[in-house]
Amino acid sequence: MTIYIDNKPYEAKAGKNLLEACLAAGINLPYFCWHPSLGSVGACRQCAVKVFKDEKDTQGRLVMSCMEGVRDGVRIGVEEATAKAFREQVIEWMMTNHPHDCPVCDEGGSCHLQDMTVMTGHDYRRYHYKKRTYKNQYLGPLINHEMNRCIQCYRCVRYYHDYAGGDDLNVFAAHNHVYFGRDKDGVLQSPFSGNLAEVCPTGVFTDKTLKEHYTRKWDLTMAPSVCTHCSVGCNITAGERYGKLRCVVNRYNEEVNGYFLCDRGRFGYEFVNSENRVTQPLIRGRMSEAVSEEELMHELSVLLSQQKLVGIGSARASLESNFALRQLVGAGNFYAGISETEAYLTRLIVQVMQEGTLHSASLKDIEQADAVIVLGEDVWNTAPMMALAVRQAAMKTAANNAAAQLSLPAWHDAAIKELVQTDKGFLANITVAGSPIDNIAQVTVHAVPDDIARLGFAVAHELSNTLPALANADEKLLQTARQIAAALQQSKHPVIVSGLSCVNSAVIRAAFDIAAALNNTHWKASVAYVLPECNSMGLALMQAPSAERIFDSSNANDMTALILENDLYRYLPQATADAFFSRCSNVIALDSIHNNTTEKAQVLIPAATFAEADGSMVNYEGRTQHYYKVFIPKEGHIKESFHWLNSMRIAKNNRSNGHGLSLDELLHEAEIEMPVFEGVHDAMLSPHYSIHGEHIPREPHRYSGRTAMYANLNVSEQKPLQEEGESAFGFTMEGFKGQPPADAAPFFWSPGWNSGQSVTKYQQEPGGAFKGHIPAVQLFHDKVDKAPVFFKDIPEAFVARKQKWLVLPQYHVLASGELSSYTKALASLLPEACVVLSETDAALLGVRDGDKIRVHPGTTALPVKVHLSLANGVVLISAGLPGTEVYNWGDWVKIEKE
Amino acid sequence: MSVQFNEKQLTEFNRLVARYPEGKQKSALLPVLHLAQESFGGWLSAESMDYVAELLRIEPIEVYEVATFYSMYNLQPVGKYLFEVCQTGPCMLRGSDDIIAYIGEKLNIKPGQTTEDGMFTLKTVECLGACGYAPMMQLGKHYREHLTKEKVDAIIEECRNNAAVNN
Ligand code: SF4
Ligand code: SF4
Ligand code: FES
Ligand code: FES
Repeated sequence: MTIYIDNKPYEAKAGKNLLEACLAAGINLPYFCWHPSLGSVGACRQCAVKVFKDEKDTQGRLVMSCMEGVRDGVRIGVEEATAKAFREQVIEWMMTNHPHDCPVCDEGGSCHLQDMTVMTGHDYRRYHYKKRTYKNQYLGPLINHEMNRCIQCYRCVRYYHDYAGGDDLNVFAAHNHVYFGRDKDGVLQSPFSGNLAEVCPTGVFTDKTLKEHYTRKWDLTMAPSVCTHCSVGCNITAGERYGKLRCVVNRYNEEVNGYFLCDRGRFGYEFVNSENRVTQPLIRGRMSEAVSEEELMHELSVLLSQQKLVGIGSARASLESNFALRQLVGAGNFYAGISETEAYLTRLIVQVMQEGTLHSASLKDIEQADAVIVLGEDVWNTAPMMALAVRQAAMKTAANNAAAQLSLPAWHDAAIKELVQTDKGFLANITVAGSPIDNIAQVTVHAVPDDIARLGFAVAHELSNTLPALANADEKLLQTARQIAAALQQSKHPVIVSGLSCVNSAVIRAAFDIAAALNNTHWKASVAYVLPECNSMGLALMQAPSAERIFDSSNANDMTALILENDLYRYLPQATADAFFSRCSNVIALDSIHNNTTEKAQVLIPAATFAEADGSMVNYEGRTQHYYKVFIPKEGHIKESFHWLNSMRIAKNNRSNGHGLSLDELLHEAEIEMPVFEGVHDAMLSPHYSIHGEHIPREPHRYSGRTAMYANLNVSEQKPLQEEGESAFGFTMEGFKGQPPADAAPFFWSPGWNSGQSVTKYQQEPGGAFKGHIPAVQLFHDKVDKAPVFFKDIPEAFVARKQKWLVLPQYHVLASGELSSYTKALASLLPEACVVLSETDAALLGVRDGDKIRVHPGTTALPVKVHLSLANGVVLISAGLPGTEVYNWGDWVKIEKE
Repeated sequence: MSVQFNEKQLTEFNRLVARYPEGKQKSALLPVLHLAQESFGGWLSAESMDYVAELLRIEPIEVYEVATFYSMYNLQPVGKYLFEVCQTGPCMLRGSDDIIAYIGEKLNIKPGQTTEDGMFTLKTVECLGACGYAPMMQLGKHYREHLTKEKVDAIIEECRNNAAVNN
């Protein structure tokens, strides 16, 4: 349809409001309370425009553009004098109490309030009375609170409470003393609290970890990157100054993380700056262990010529580094640095996804699902942003139903919330020990993995009676299955979420059978299988056997092992890892942080972290994403693993040049060697890319202090960082001045829009796809005509064993393990590791909450936590927290009282 | 005062909750807060609000957000006589500022404060829907309208007399 803005015609999309239409048309119209993910409530009155009846109407009426839908032919005035005056007045009111403390405010330079104030033209303060002031609260180590800066837009509570489901932040009081905060000082409880810093258009909520080494946005060197803390692969922008990583903010991706991140992803970046970094090549057992690269290469060429060379790949290293290792040691000697159980389960997932009979669900698919079944996955703790997407599915389904009833537009949040009240869309959350999304689920089941699988198969049977029924199932289980099946049958686009966290292959197969039973001739049902690490899928697609398989070979002795970015002690039980090392005569480790594995290495090589590296990763859904280096570390020895491995390859093969070993050449080589990776290089902006012959600058044009920032070291200006080889990006503010391709923008900025909300200028419409969007590189393809092959293998019902327990991992939402816990603030929020037992089992063992017990073969005693709805016969042990031990998850263990 | 409804108050509480559908007991929050305010000395302490939260099976923060919003709930102890003077536009145009200042001067308290003898509290509130009779205030369950300094004097006098008689 066509709308007229200031008498000029524009194309607009039906179902949008006038504000969205104006922004989509590229018009600068100020707003505060509206947010593309939160919709409109008309609270701030900043977005006023005039709406005219027809061409002749000169009077018009003033409306809030965010509260009025587009109509074909509607005529609106943005630049109209009364509308402008009204907007100017609104901002003037809002600013009466604002402290005007931009110079000391962390939001300054990326502040929506600053941008909007300038945009409305309010530049002179007439109010000269006393301002109201508030007491700020302590909200924990992640988020800073400075209430005086508030302009009462209500975005924070609408995000935290309504969108993310947090119940400890709220709004109090009324008129000019409304207060946004907690009921008392204390740590914000939601693991999605960090988004407050971006949702709040002012400096009330800001990133407290950034405060520790504060830098303005315009002084950061930034690059498009990808979160490495779980298998979702949320898109991030990371910023550096003075050689330290300063912060991570959301980088919009329509199909993955939208406008948000979880706290693990946002705050878990400090490991890059850790004291514990490996910065220098070491050869242990020498007089002086630190060696030059020459000495290192010399030593390596001797070691690499050993007979039994094996390479251990990593689920948290890039595709490029894993591939470079595989090429160096040979495909037959390349192993995945994970347990056999994990390798088996991931292989199973790869197998079902490659079949193409199901659709691989993105977070956006999940958000738009009208029924979600979480089968066995502890998604809150293993893939936090996926849990947030599941929540949106439940909320949006109810909202869509309500909106349809009264034909309300989807953006009309206030009206829809009123109508929806507490209704939710269908969610069945079936887990071992429950999770915070239980409270929005219609069906919650807490059961042991085998019984979860049985419930899954029962649902599949209800959906299609060609599938087997459960033998001797109890009535309650069947009832639940019927309830779930009925909801699924009514839904139009359901998603089944499952994964590895309950360490059970039957669960994975049952999830497949449910989804496949829903398939029909028109469309594919969607599944999402959560994996343990950011590149678990990439590694799995390489089809390498697990590290435990090395023992299969009878002559697995005197090996020379090359271990890539991997602490084996985090993936294998200690005894297994010890056994592995005892069979190695030489260990070469490449890693960024010292850990138990690097301790064992004779040769230790400093590897770059995500912030210092380029690389590709494949997320849980098979989406390949590329990240670009933010900076080059000053410790000149730190390099991307694939660089080191390429050099080794040259040394080993006596190749005199590095031809064929640049990043894109490596990816091309991988595509040829392993056709599953076909197309992966499309995920990366070609290193030869330029715009009018210019680089994309990593620094905003206002970047300051360049000539003097290192004057304490040398008064002459330092040479700007320079990439080895070509790159589409430059490390300075020089280069192309216009908008870079949105998919690879190092940061979002647009004239007049300094805050992250400038992303609108890169989108086709607010909250929509990027302009010139390049389709995602998806490695799994829906095969339309292919019929699914059902598994149908229903496990026996679980029977608890005498004196033995099934051991399962209990993950924590803030800890992906070693890396995120290097952020002090996050580490301070991690609970003490513990052992979770059912009430009956605790009584049986004669232990109570807090008593210490030892789970064999673990070596440390851990405190007991009694769980009221955990099944008997299962024990959950904290996993991923610093210092926790690894078990043969899914195995039977003995418990001993201390 | 211990924070616990007596039998009669509990009956009233149950009646209020029963007005709303099963599981929507939070809807009774406003009248229950009034009941609590009446029952526990004319104001809502944190303890009383927590008690209400517990009775309605909701989080305390859900009670605080509501109680702090409405000027009808007193979050500090109040005197025997509570002057709730409207300060919204129409009353203000008709001189509510002067009335507020006069009462304050006369009783030697500022808005929000209580006289030392615990007799009077002065509070400013938002429009009470009696703009046609501005300036006005609420005293107990009654509106006092077209306020003037003389009327204020009379009201204060009246309260003092009532207090003397009732003790
Ligand atoms: S704290 Fe921020 S988000 Fe919340 S109402 Fe104030 S300005 Fe808006
Ligand atoms: S940890 Fe996972 S969910 Fe959280 S931001 Fe990173 S990729 Fe996204
Ligand atoms: S953005 Fe329209 S009223 Fe706030
Ligand atoms: S303004 Fe005072 S009663 Fe309405």
